[in-house]
Amino acid sequence: MTTVAPAPQDPPQDIQPEDLQIVTSRFHNPQGHTLAAYIQSGGYSGLQRALEMAPAKVHDEVRAASLLGRGGAGFPAGVKWGFCPPQVWPRYLVVNGDESEPGTYKDRLLMERDPHQLIEGCMIACYALGLSQCFLYVRGEMAHAQERLAAALNEAYEAGYVGANVCGSKHFSVDITLHWGAGAYIVGEETALIESLEGNRGMPRLKPPFFPAAIGLYGKPTIVNNVETLSNLPWIIANGGEAFAAMGAESSTGTRVFAVSGHVVNPGVFEVPFGTTTFRDIIFSSRYGGGLRPDRSLKAFIPGGASAPWFYEEHLDLHLEKTAVDKAGSMLGSGAIVVMDDTTNIVAACHNLVRFFARESCGKCTPCREGTSWLEKILSRILAGQGRPQDLDLLLDVCDNISPGIKWPPRQTTICPLGPSAVSPIASALQRFRSEFEAYTP
Amino acid sequence: MARLGPANITLAKEIISRYPVARSALIPLLHLAQEQDGYVTQEAMAHIAELLGITPAEVLGTCSFYEMLKQEPVGEYMVNICHGISCHLLGASELIGHAEKTLGIKAGGTTEDGKFTLEAVECVAACTEAPCLQVNYRYRNKVSLADFDQLVERLRAGTSSIAPHGKLARTRQQIDDERRAGVSPPDGATQAPWLDTNSNSNGDIDNKTIDNKTADNKTTDNKTADNKTGVSP
Ligand SMILES: Cc1cc2nc3c(=O)[nH]c(=O)nc-3n(C[C@H](O)[C@H](O)[C@H](O)COP(=O)(O)O)c2cc1C
Ligand code: SF4
Ligand code: FES
Repeated sequence: MTTVAPAPQDPPQDIQPEDLQIVTSRFHNPQGHTLAAYIQSGGYSGLQRALEMAPAKVHDEVRAASLLGRGGAGFPAGVKWGFCPPQVWPRYLVVNGDESEPGTYKDRLLMERDPHQLIEGCMIACYALGLSQCFLYVRGEMAHAQERLAAALNEAYEAGYVGANVCGSKHFSVDITLHWGAGAYIVGEETALIESLEGNRGMPRLKPPFFPAAIGLYGKPTIVNNVETLSNLPWIIANGGEAFAAMGAESSTGTRVFAVSGHVVNPGVFEVPFGTTTFRDIIFSSRYGGGLRPDRSLKAFIPGGASAPWFYEEHLDLHLEKTAVDKAGSMLGSGAIVVMDDTTNIVAACHNLVRFFARESCGKCTPCREGTSWLEKILSRILAGQGRPQDLDLLLDVCDNISPGIKWPPRQTTICPLGPSAVSPIASALQRFRSEFEAYTP
Repeated sequence: MARLGPANITLAKEIISRYPVARSALIPLLHLAQEQDGYVTQEAMAHIAELLGITPAEVLGTCSFYEMLKQEPVGEYMVNICHGISCHLLGASELIGHAEKTLGIKAGGTTEDGKFTLEAVECVAACTEAPCLQVNYRYRNKVSLADFDQLVERLRAGTSSIAPHGKLARTRQQIDDERRAGVSPPDGATQAPWLDTNSNSNGDIDNKTIDNKTADNKTTDNKTADNKTGVSP
């Protein structure tokens, strides 16, 4: 159904209430974003439980949960938390709510529909690690998420869950500052996020040697976590890290939220057990993507956002599990599954993805700034029927300059992984569908 | 008005007070200027520089990096049609072509009456609702060509509740002074007090009935919480 009424947008999603849910459990409740509904459904009990524990014990629970970061890289949260140097203060928490990788749609819903869950997660992280101020960075274009979070924060402050003397505790006082961006995909990269939060142009910092956990915001130790990652913490602390680890697969625990979009009958955002569901299930099962439209066949699908190398028919039985997908030559990335059927013009799709990276390159390093924009120009002229036969090798040559060897996982001549991300769609498309490009370059 | 007006100055100071370093408030203040005038004026940038104790060039340097911050007037309604991959697969180009025809402008342009600016934008995180668009950052999902025409009609007729360009969230964060924990400045800080490893306490509260209205931080004793789990340093 199309919504043209000026009401706030809450598209109904296809999440079945009976499904196993951790982070989306309140999505079906139209009032789920309010403090009353949150508390009524067990909200803030994780934080209260945490406050009865020693901070280090809370960290232990997150380690035991083996919670993998949900922002893209999939690094274990409990391990990253351990990287704060021991005696350097203050430490900060920065929440990455900049969701903008093409195909990715989950963090916005988590912020709009269950803002208190995220706020509770932030407070648990601050308590565990001694992070003394939290900055919640929401993508600029997400006005509705910003107002839902502002309203939830105002409620949470008043009820004593955030701010001075949290839940009546003697020592635990932390402010959450709601911050909002102004339109730039690169700001999702954690060091660019920090630059932006410092009031600068959002350009990534060189790392290594220093990661934000050691030198981050204002040069101080900073934990940067994704919205979905933090939204899992209330459940983990309320139910225990082991209970979380018991769900899903051994190396990919808990649940994960995937957006299935593109050429499927029933596009939607689905929370599924992490690592035990297959691509075939999530794309074709009637409770999830619902399969392709009648008389269409699968051409390719992107398993983890625009940066991920493509998968095909033969990958459908892989589990949505980190190690398996990594080994098969791609990544689950940001949980974005984009399905392309046989009507897809591969050259146009490839151009579309590369144009994105060219537009969003921050310009700090030459291989990315020049390389992505040349890739886009060459693909444009191929698409316009003005390509030359040698253009296909030229594309690969430019790719090789950005990401030597064009391998997976990618090597990079750049400061951050954005440049190499533009290589993925070209490498995939040229390897599998070279003839479609050749049809354009007589 | 081009410098921030009195009400916005108050708001700006309130926003600045939430950051340990004033400059961090720069992007929110640029949004505030844009909300006031529909775009970010030179005078507003100079004023923001004064408020933050930085130079106008530094303000411009940041402002010019971000797509949402406009330094020239734009239409009352920014119509941003997504052409990210998921929307591309489901007809974004057609929708953009149709919008260009309906509005009589090319993507990137503004109608003569100053009502509409049309842009083709990257993924706006509504990929399962393709093709989609935003009007002043409010979503419209699964937009057909007919839906688009209807939307434009309503906006022209002024029967839509969408605020003019510049306004983002309708609710703002507000922190009462007595509920404020206080900013955490980067220098001079000591270890977070609740991490006190010398104490053999195992948590920060001893009272499971939490009532922040009556909690008195001087009488809370944090030494009695459950100690079975042990503290690892
Ligand atoms: C170009 C680029 C864009 C990124 N965009 C996002 C984003 O929008 N949201 C996000 O959470 N992480 C994003 N990341 C990943 C972050 O750098 C970081 O790894 C993540 O926020 C850490 O959180 P996690 O450990 O909880 O996943 C991006 C990374 C790169 C290189
Ligand atoms: S790789 Fe691209 S986006 Fe990343 S720092 Fe270099 S120029 Fe900027
Ligand atoms: S691709 Fe259009 S919203 Fe994501």
